[in-house]
Amino acid sequence: MTRPRISAATVLAPAAAALALVGAAAGALWADLEPAERTAAAALLTPPRVGLLVLFALVLAGVLALLVHRLLARTIGAAERIAEAARLIARANPTHRVRIDGAPALQAVAGAINDLADERSRLLADVEVAVAEAKVQVEAERKRLAALVSELEQSVLVCNRDGRILLYNAAARALLGGAAGSGEADLLGLGRSVFGIIDRNLILHAVETMGHQAARNERESAHFVTATRDGRRLRVNAAPVLGADNEPTSRRELAGYVLLLSDVTEHVDADAKGVTLFQGLVEAARAALANIRAAVENLIEHPGMDAGQRARFTAVIRDEAVGLSDRLHRVTAEVTEALKTRWPLEEMRGEDLLTLACGRIERRTSLMTKLESVDPALWLRVDSFSLAQGLSYVARRLRDEFGVREVRFRLVPADAHAQLDVLWRGAPLAPETAFAWQSDPFTVGGEDSPLSLAQVIERHGGEAWYQRDLPAQTAYFRLLLPVAAGRAAVRPRGALPSRPEFYDFDLFRRSPATDALDERPLADLAYTVFDTETTGLNPAEGDEIIAIGAVRIVNGRLLQGETFESLVDPQRSLPEASIAVHGITPEMLRGQPTVEEVLPRFQRFVEETVLVGHNAAFDMRFLQLKEAQTGVRFDQPVLDTLLLSAVVHPAQSSHSLEEIAVRLGVDVVGRHTALGDARVTAEVFLRLIPLLAEHEIRTLGDARATSERTYYARLTY
Amino acid sequence: MQGSLMAKRVLIADDEPNIVMSLEFLMEQAGFEVKVAASGQEALDLAASFRPDLVLLDVMFPVKSGYEVCQRLKSDPATRAIKVVMLSAKGRDVEVAKGLELGADAYVVKPFSTRELVAKVRDMLGA
Repeated sequence: MTRPRISAATVLAPAAAALALVGAAAGALWADLEPAERTAAAALLTPPRVGLLVLFALVLAGVLALLVHRLLARTIGAAERIAEAARLIARANPTHRVRIDGAPALQAVAGAINDLADERSRLLADVEVAVAEAKVQVEAERKRLAALVSELEQSVLVCNRDGRILLYNAAARALLGGAAGSGEADLLGLGRSVFGIIDRNLILHAVETMGHQAARNERESAHFVTATRDGRRLRVNAAPVLGADNEPTSRRELAGYVLLLSDVTEHVDADAKGVTLFQGLVEAARAALANIRAAVENLIEHPGMDAGQRARFTAVIRDEAVGLSDRLHRVTAEVTEALKTRWPLEEMRGEDLLTLACGRIERRTSLMTKLESVDPALWLRVDSFSLAQGLSYVARRLRDEFGVREVRFRLVPADAHAQLDVLWRGAPLAPETAFAWQSDPFTVGGEDSPLSLAQVIERHGGEAWYQRDLPAQTAYFRLLLPVAAGRAAVRPRGALPSRPEFYDFDLFRRSPATDALDERPLADLAYTVFDTETTGLNPAEGDEIIAIGAVRIVNGRLLQGETFESLVDPQRSLPEASIAVHGITPEMLRGQPTVEEVLPRFQRFVEETVLVGHNAAFDMRFLQLKEAQTGVRFDQPVLDTLLLSAVVHPAQSSHSLEEIAVRLGVDVVGRHTALGDARVTAEVFLRLIPLLAEHEIRTLGDARATSERTYYARLTY
Repeated sequence: MQGSLMAKRVLIADDEPNIVMSLEFLMEQAGFEVKVAASGQEALDLAASFRPDLVLLDVMFPVKSGYEVCQRLKSDPATRAIKVVMLSAKGRDVEVAKGLELGADAYVVKPFSTRELVAKVRDMLGA
């Protein structure tokens, strides 16, 4: 605390005033004296005495000035201390309080300020609690939404205004992910541009359309059909995501959009095929009929024609009729096939269908149910609802009309079909009863549908009949149902871990176009953390890349579901010594893609991200040496965890990946595969970011500049 | 029948023998002089040499379609006067419109009534 400064004038003025007062008193006394007294006084005021008097006056003035100064210093200093403490409370430390002392008035001021500070602290705490609660709620809502979306059968993508993907679900990955290793998978990822998947112009057109709709206060949505790179057709429905909702819809800013995608390739193909079939049939029928009709009419109109002519016309009629019959036959077969693919049958495990049906039967009829010999590997193509309804309907009639108490199910494969039996013990049905049950609509017996069992079975392209098993004393309905072809269509669960990674709503706020990369905080950037395995350490002497692994970090999160992993055929031999390091054998590399194929894919994967590697210079040298050969350049910024670690812990002697990982508490799993090392490096990098911030290294630019200095510092050593 | 003066000439252009047989018989019975072309090119050649008054033209030739033949006939002053009746199993309204736009004088969708066809041809030739 600095001593309060009191100007010379403030102190000298009272001193001067005191002097003036003494002077004035002396003057008045002098004026009051009689002439004789004046003489006597003058005699008294001879030089030594006058000096003494003046000295006395001066000392008096000095003491006065000192007193005034002390008094002022006390009051002003206390006031300034209070001001300073108040500023401290306001700006830096809300818990600080003013010391209460000094004059009573000042103590009152200090007390009032402290009261105010208490009140403010209480308010701040309230606000903090409210903010935290709101945050938790928002996060919970986001998670719920993401969970909901991820379970949808329909493919969903949510993008921000710039076309960055900030949410996608498993269905979208299945639809757009493409075959593993095809490279298509690389295009779908958080923070990536949707324009890599869907034509930019189509989306911009849809956005524009929605803008017009908003302006007219219509419900906004736009749809279009587009083709993927692998030739499938997607129907895309777009709906806007608007900004803050405190404005009327027409004025709200577009924050992004939701895209719902469905693969319509089959439908489009089926439609086209149907139209072609129909037109072909119509035209063929017209031509054939024309020929027949003309011949017939000639025969009728000209009964007198000669026998040869007559024979030729009748031959025409026969040929055309036969040709038309054949054609109809062929078309019918094709149309039936086409109709099968059009019917909305779902693929379902047979066991699940029966479980569903049993549940329905038990709930609605209180009959007992039992599954016997059900093939768990059997998948069906069914309309599960109608079928469960049909089975429940049969069970109900068995109960109502024959007093049956339990029905059992059997499901086994039979040639190209699945054989589903509904069995019961007891009274056999008369054949005509069985037929009637099949053709009666389900409205009989409490089920409510205009469909009959026969119609449901027909929909499935199946058959149904009633049969008795005399030795076993059972009767059953046997249903032949279509099995699902190619079980590969089932979406494997668990391939994409930790659901919340499908979304990153913070990307809504991102606007990369406006920010120079170097100015952006490290925590906000998108990174590709990668590692390579090589045949050796000297790319210039012919060593080659044999594996690349990479993971992505977006907005400070390591995305477990978006990885890149590829072995590379080095087209050269593999030194025995290197096999011990990376565990990759020549057999594993045979038939793998070459570096010319892998690097363009890798380039798409790393697009618009900052590269991160451990001792990245080594990997970058391998990549750079391939530039001429592959035409692929990696010119994005690169960060090196080795250098960054040296910045954070300059005193440590080792900056090997293992040592850093241990130091930073990263679990080391699956090391010495490219992907495993990339994962560890990514975890290390994520933990380095806050440590770098403690060293005032916050932006990409900071990190790059510091790395460079470290690098050179190490070089010159 | 119609033996007076010079018989009108009808060219039948179709590659399907079964309909050609009927059409030929019909037109001959109606008293016209008939020739048959089995391709689009042959139809154009005969249009020049045989100089028909009317062509019964099938649309679906494999190489040179009936549409093209019709367009050629109607764009050449020497053959413009030849009446063109297109016979086709293609019966969608867009196909009929295309035939008429390309200059056909009539478009008959298969199958047709032979009696009506003869009546139409007679009518168009003023015979």
